[in-house]
Amino acid sequence: MFAIREGGVPVTDGGSVTVLVPVPLRQLTGGESKVTGDGETVAALIDDLEGRYPGIKGRICEGDGRIRRFVNVFVNGANVRGADGERTALRAGDEVGIVPAMAGGR
Amino acid sequence: MSPETLVLSREMRAEIVAHSRELAPRECCGVILGPAGVAAELHRLTNLEPGVDRYLVDDAELYALARANDERGWDFVAIYHSHPVSVAFPSKTDRELAFWEEAVYVICSLEHPDAPVLRGFRIVADEVAEVELV
Repeated sequence: MFAIREGGVPVTDGGSVTVLVPVPLRQLTGGESKVTGDGETVAALIDDLEGRYPGIKGRICEGDGRIRRFVNVFVNGANVRGADGERTALRAGDEVGIVPAMAGGR
Repeated sequence: MSPETLVLSREMRAEIVAHSRELAPRECCGVILGPAGVAAELHRLTNLEPGVDRYLVDDAELYALARANDERGWDFVAIYHSHPVSVAFPSKTDRELAFWEEAVYVICSLEHPDAPVLRGFRIVADEVAEVELV
């Protein structure tokens, strides 16, 4: 099944996406700040990353697969929290960013 | 072993104090970016927490800076926030939420409003080590 993107370039759903890796997770990706992955959803992408970078899923997700409270996941610049979360659909060429929260207090 | 140091210009210190005073009684927050541990740019960021005793950096602002860092090979050198009424030392909450181990946590205390105090810390796995601001 093919979907037509803007500009008429046909892509296959579930193809490669680029993942921006924050510094705390780079020890799991061999120091790489940018990796590629596959998955039709954010959850599937994270499972794909876990297969190649063991331990990364536990840093992003709770045990039930939901994205951790203090981890932000962006797809093409939009935070998936408050929207479809880990069920957010992905397309080839999408950019996914993983950014831990910056927080604290008295 | 010599303590870790972070070179923080007079201008950046003044900016952190000014931001802290402007946001009081709420906590202010921001980051310092740069190449290879050099404090090159300070960015005030929005605190999404509505109360007076927590900060949560706006995630969209944070992501924009993370992308910019990636494009030019820079890092988050420091993360600053204020303690409007408490001392310049990481609280339990600060330590629990210190996810950015590669950054220096700079805290500005306005406990004594006329004598603000700035201190820096490295927080890794709940261990706090002071970073001398020079």
